[in-house]
Amino acid sequence: MNSLVRVASIVLLLAAWFAGSHALGARLLPEPQTVGLAILQEARSGALAFNLGITLARVAVSFVIAMVLGTMLGLAMGRVALFDRLVDSWLVVLLNLPALVIIVLAYVWAGLTETAAIAAVALNKLPVATVTVREGARALDHMLDEMAAVFRMSPWVRLRHVVLPQLAPYLAAAARSGLSLVWKIVLIVELLGRPNGVGFQIGVAFQLFDVTRILAYALAFIAVMLAIETFLVQPLERHLSRWRTRPA
Amino acid sequence: MNDTYPAGGPDRLDLHIKGKFYRAASGGRLHVLGELSIAVANGEVAAIVGPSGCGKTTLLRIIVGLDKEFEGSVQLPAHGRLGIVFQEPRLLPWRTVEENVRLAAPHVSDAALSTLFATLGLSEHGRHYPGELSLGLARRVALARALAVEPDLLVLDEPFVSLDDALAARLRGELVELVSRRPVTTLLVTHDVDEAIAVADRIFLLSASPARLLAEVPIERPRATRTAEQLAALRTAIERSGDPR
Repeated sequence: MNSLVRVASIVLLLAAWFAGSHALGARLLPEPQTVGLAILQEARSGALAFNLGITLARVAVSFVIAMVLGTMLGLAMGRVALFDRLVDSWLVVLLNLPALVIIVLAYVWAGLTETAAIAAVALNKLPVATVTVREGARALDHMLDEMAAVFRMSPWVRLRHVVLPQLAPYLAAAARSGLSLVWKIVLIVELLGRPNGVGFQIGVAFQLFDVTRILAYALAFIAVMLAIETFLVQPLERHLSRWRTRPA
Repeated sequence: MNDTYPAGGPDRLDLHIKGKFYRAASGGRLHVLGELSIAVANGEVAAIVGPSGCGKTTLLRIIVGLDKEFEGSVQLPAHGRLGIVFQEPRLLPWRTVEENVRLAAPHVSDAALSTLFATLGLSEHGRHYPGELSLGLARRVALARALAVEPDLLVLDEPFVSLDDALAARLRGELVELVSRRPVTTLLVTHDVDEAIAVADRIFLLSASPARLLAEVPIERPRATRTAEQLAALRTAIERSGDPR
C-alpha cells in the first residue's frame, strides 16, 4: 500500500511535468523523455560519471570535514560553558554570513583552487553542525558520566560507548540536513570557480540556455543522493537505534 | 583541602570528614556532613544507616571520588578499584547487558562472567538491551557490573529501593551469597535498619543532617547463623542507640 502511494506520487509528478512542458514549450521545459535521453547520452560519453564523481567527492570531503570539526566544536561548547561563551558570537557571525560571501572570499583569498572550494563548503556547513551537536552535548546524561568515571572507563570507551550514542540522534539530524545543504553549496562553488563537476556543467548549460542538460544533471545527482539516503543513511540509522524498544 | 589516596594504602577503607558544605542558591552555606570517621576492614560488609536526606549519598559520592569539595581525607583499600551500584541502575541503554558489564570490566573472564550471570539469574539476558528489562533485572545487571570489576571496594547506594519486598529480599540474599563466596570490602547505604542487619558485619548509624556518627554497631555473628531473635534484639539496641528513623 505504502509503495503503491509512492509510485502513484511519482507518476503524478511525471504527468505534471509532461503537462507543464506542453504548456510552456519544450525550450523552457523539455519533456521527461528528452531529459531521460540526455542523461543516457551523457552517461554513454562518460561525462556524467566523471562530473558526478567529482562533485560527489567534493561533497564527501567537505561533509566529513564539517561534521568532524562541527562535532568536536559542538561537544566542547556544550560541555565547557566558558568555551561556549568565547566561541558563541563567532558562530552567530558564521551562521548569518551568506554562503556566497564565504565562497567569494575563499576564492579571493586562496585562489580558484580545490582547497578554497572545499574549505568554503565546509565553512558553510560547520556552524549548522556545531549548533546541532551543541544541543546534544548539553543534553548529555551526567548520571552515565559519573558511572563511567567511577568505573574508570578510558576516554576512548567513554566517547565511543557513552557520549556518541547519546549524540546519535543529533548527529543524524546534522548529517541529514547537512548532506542536502552541502551538495547545493558544492554546486555553487563549482559554478563560480571550478572547471568540472555538476555545478560547472550546469553553468555551461545556463550560458547555452540548455534546459535539458540542466535538468539531466540535476536529476542524475538527485538520484545519487536518494541512493545514498536509502542505502547508506537509513540502514545506518536503523542500526544505531536498534536498542530502542519498538511497539510490537 | 582534602586528600584522596587511591592506591598503595592498607587493605581497608579509611574515611575522615571534617565537614562538607553546599553553597545554597540563596547564597548561604548548607552544612550537609559534620565531623565523622568511618573505617571498614578488608572483606567486611559495612552498612551506613541514616534517615532520608541526612547526606548518605553525599558521603558515598565523596568516597568514590565524584565529589572532591570537602574537608577531610579518604583512603581507599588496596588498589582503589571501585565497583558501584547507584540508586538507579545507570546502564547504557544502547549496549546489551553483557556489553554493559564488559565495558566496565574489560578484563573479566568468560567463566567468571557466566558464573556471575548464573548466580544473579541473568544467563538468559546477556543479549538483551536494558530497555527490555524490568527494574529488578536492571538492578541485577548493575550489581553484576559492579562485581565483575573485582572491586577492592564495592559501594551500594540503596540498591533495593522501589522493589517489592519479596524481590528485594531475594536480591539481598543473592548479594549476601556473592560477598560470602568471594569476600569484598563493601559499603552499603540504606535507610532500612532490617536490610542493614541482614547484610552487614558492621553498622554505622548517622544522625539527621548535618550527618554525624551516632553509633558504630559491630555484628559479631556470621550472617548464616543469625536467628530472628538475635536480629530483633539487635534492632532494638540500634533503635535505642540512635533512632535513625
